Amino acid sequence: MCLGIPGRIVEITDAGRMAAMADVSGVKREVNIACVAEGDPAALVGRWALIHVGFAMALIDEAEAAATLEALRHLGEAQETLEQIAEGARALS
Amino acid sequence: MRYVEEFRDPGAAKALIARIGEVAEAIGATREQPVRIMEICGGHTHAIFRYGLDRLVHEGIEFIHGPGCPVCVLPMARVDEAVEIAERPGVIFTSFGDAMRVPGTKKSLLQAKAEGADIRTVYSPLDALELARRHPDREVVFFGLGFETTTPSTALTIQQAAREEIGNFTVFCNHITVPQPIKVLLDDPHMLLDGFVGPGHVSMVIGTHPYDFIARDYGKPIVVAGFEPLDLLQSVLMVLEQIRDRRAEVENQYGRVVPEHGNPVSLAAMADVYEPRPSFAWRGLGEIDASGLRIRPGYAGWDAEAKFGIGYGARRAREVAEPEGTRCAAVMTGRIKPTGCGMFGTQCTPETPLGALMVSSEGACAAYWQYGGRRSPEAAE
Ligand code: SF4
Repeated sequence: MCLGIPGRIVEITDAGRMAAMADVSGVKREVNIACVAEGDPAALVGRWALIHVGFAMALIDEAEAAATLEALRHLGEAQETLEQIAEGARALS
Repeated sequence: MRYVEEFRDPGAAKALIARIGEVAEAIGATREQPVRIMEICGGHTHAIFRYGLDRLVHEGIEFIHGPGCPVCVLPMARVDEAVEIAERPGVIFTSFGDAMRVPGTKKSLLQAKAEGADIRTVYSPLDALELARRHPDREVVFFGLGFETTTPSTALTIQQAAREEIGNFTVFCNHITVPQPIKVLLDDPHMLLDGFVGPGHVSMVIGTHPYDFIARDYGKPIVVAGFEPLDLLQSVLMVLEQIRDRRAEVENQYGRVVPEHGNPVSLAAMADVYEPRPSFAWRGLGEIDASGLRIRPGYAGWDAEAKFGIGYGARRAREVAEPEGTRCAAVMTGRIKPTGCGMFGTQCTPETPLGALMVSSEGACAAYWQYGGRRSPEAAE
């Protein structure tokens, strides 16, 4: 639970609430971008971020994102996080 | 070198392992007189076991597993209080999955759920807030726990709830901070530590300066590390080089993610919403001054302790005795390895955890179990 997962910000969904859609290993998940936004949130679209329990905590480059994802896969944490995201979606229903 | 093939860059790993060996020899580290390096973060503990780094590096290096697994240090009394809130009528209790199986004195959240309480696993405190929006007639409580990596997420969520005036959402706050327990371990005369591998994602939030006291006041090196295996090896090498050169500094191996001064938005949100408690109990370590956070009075409307009358201190998270025969405290403080506990792998397994160290993959006992802990004479005290 202490490890973030890389995701790519694909769309700003609600600039007022600092909400954006991120693509996390093919899974779409709304995340908060307050911690990484400087100026216009729209500038974040296309960027990679380390996402931690639904919050983008640091911007990273694409190579770093790939390396981090591979490390998480080896630890089994990538799958676990994706399951948690799915579980979070189920809890809302 | 059993696992080296799995590394993204096996050549680089081999070179680092060789250099670690050279510096360890230069220091005079041996199996009997090892250099003892504590990795603070549970994510690092997991990675060290996953890659067998403890077996790959020079035998004169011993990893001591630190207190950086939030569910492992959560006191049983706080689990009891979480269950107590969750079982109240009208409450939807939400939690990260990790915390569901942590034993309380009577039951875990998972058991309470099986008995009928509305307890839901969520990925993010934002999910809990969304539940509150969708169920205005219910009280939605989020079990806030974790170190500085997760603290900003609940702080920002509480700020959002306050902005939207969502009155049926509260956080049961159990957030804890990394620097204080390190000080306790350094002050413990039984803990002989030579250096630290510092947490990467916590430091992304708080920066590297909160560790200055480790180098300045205690003369120990600390290197903030990423959690890829090469990051960890590199960081161990940097710690050893400091020891060899008789330096004690805070170094940052994970500069690509960790800014020196941390993340300003996160720090501001945390300071706005939380304040330190006078003290907080850690499973295995006892009460530690100023190591836990509580919600400031200005946000009392979003504080489950205030709303449900479960104030820390009012009904103190008293020290509850660990179950008979368990050695969690000794493992937690690095005095024994998990295999030195008589319950390890017999009564205590990840499916039926007796102690919290067996619950999360970041816990030392679960990591030992998952990756084939060795039962060896030196495992005992
Ligand atoms: S094996 Fe179980 S009971 Fe023993 S120290 Fe580990 S978590 Fe505690």
